[in-house]
Parts: sequence; C-alpha cells; structure tokens
Amino acid sequence: MKRAFPILAAVTALLLIYSTYQALVVAPTENTMGDVQRVFYYHVPSAWTAGCLFFVNLLASVFYLFRRSTRADALAVSAAETGVVFCTIVLITGPLWARPVWGIWWTWDMRLTSTLVLWLIYVSYLLLRRFSDSAQTPVLAAVLAIFGALDVPLVYFSIWFFRTQHPQPVIGGGGSLDPRMLHVFLLNLAVFTLFGALLCWGRFRIELMQRHVDETRALEALLDDGQSGTSPARSVR
Amino acid sequence: MNSTRFLWAAYASVWIIHGVYITMLVRRYQRVKREMDSLPKN
Repeated sequence: MKRAFPILAAVTALLLIYSTYQALVVAPTENTMGDVQRVFYYHVPSAWTAGCLFFVNLLASVFYLFRRSTRADALAVSAAETGVVFCTIVLITGPLWARPVWGIWWTWDMRLTSTLVLWLIYVSYLLLRRFSDSAQTPVLAAVLAIFGALDVPLVYFSIWFFRTQHPQPVIGGGGSLDPRMLHVFLLNLAVFTLFGALLCWGRFRIELMQRHVDETRALEALLDDGQSGTSPARSVR
Repeated sequence: MNSTRFLWAAYASVWIIHGVYITMLVRRYQRVKREMDSLPKN
C-alpha cells in the first residue's frame, strides 16, 4: 500500500496534464461563449468530486455513529477537508465563467446560494473539528455532516425545482453536447474523481499517523504519572 | 468578447488552490513523520 500511493500519484499527475491539454487544446471551441466555456471542464468535475467526497464523509460519519470506529472518523474528516477544497474551486471558477457570459459575477439564485451554504456547512464542520477539544466532538461533527449532506441533493436538483440563472446539466438535463466535448468532459470527470480520491487518501494517512502520535504521547504521559506516583486527580489537588 | 483572460484566471486559480493544499499536506506529513520518529520504539 505504501508503494501504491506514489505510483498512483504519478499516474494521476500525468493524467491531469493530459486532461488539461485535452480541455484547452483538443476540445472544440463553443460557438456562443467562445474559449471561456472551457472552464466547464474544470468547474463541473470539481463540483462532482466535491459531491462524491461529501458523500464519503456522510457514509463515514454514519458508520462512526453506529460503530464508533476511529478510522471512520478519520476518513470523515479527511473527506470533508478535501471536499471543501474542491467546493472552493467550484465557487471561484463559477463566477469567473459567469462574468463574461452572464455579465455578472454572482447572483443569489438557488444553485449558487445552496452551493455557498454547502461550503459554509463543511467549513463550520472543519472549524468544529479544529477548535473543539471535547470528547463529544466526533459525534457532534458526525451529526453536522449528516445535515450538511442533505444540502448536496438540494444543490443538484435546485435547477429543476427552482427558476435559476444556472444552465441545465449537460447529461440527463435535456441538453446536448458535441461528442468531442463529451469525450473531454468525461475524461476530466474521471481524472478529477481519481485526483480527489488520491488527495483524500493522502489526508487520511496523515490523520491516522497524527492520531497514532497523539495516542502514544497520551499513553506515555499516563505511564510517567503512574511511575512518579501521582495520578492526574492527585496532581489537581 | 475577450473572455480568454477569465479562462486563464479560472485554470490558474484551480492550480494555485491545489498547489497550496498539496503543499500543506506535504508539510503536515513531514511534521507528523518527524513526530513519529521521535516516539519511543517499544
């Protein structure tokens, strides 16, 4: 497993270079929007990857609530952090695409607003994990993650349920896409999903290592207290 | 419509964000690795 990570990282890096070349050079230019439409090849795969990572966070959080597995908790926090990175990219590339096409950076329509709310929920999740020392923090975070995940389908279906400025999805939304564009889009979708999984895996490994260090140090402190004959309760008195 | 600068800004921002995040992960990994190495072996 230790060897698999650098190999997968190298393969992902090469695939990212290739998919970026496909998006910027090979994919045909869209007639109405021009070259700026190529933002689509990063914007939508980033949104998809963020959604997948938040779903992993949901599964790991539910598993943690039922089994109290520390590995599930570590996976939940890793998926949330990586998901926030991809969601941040969605919130930055969206306005950069909207400005030349719609003439505005931002509008408070349902798709954009629910995406911003999703980002804020998971940022608050990470802040809770970062600044709360309570033993109940993983439980509270897992519950918050379940509520956060409820926003993911709302983001996705908002363009059907509400009148929005945001265009319909290219797949399953009645729109049509040039086959060459579709090929590049699906390539970027697969590569971004792999990239997201790789980042999440790396973050998960670091989280497990950090927990091992913290547990060992806590154990050492307890043993030191036992050898010196003072228990934590005595030292308080 | 000169929209190319928005395209480059979008692609650059994506890679700046990923670069910053990967750098953070690498530094965090190096710190935790040092901490692990400093732990007693038994």
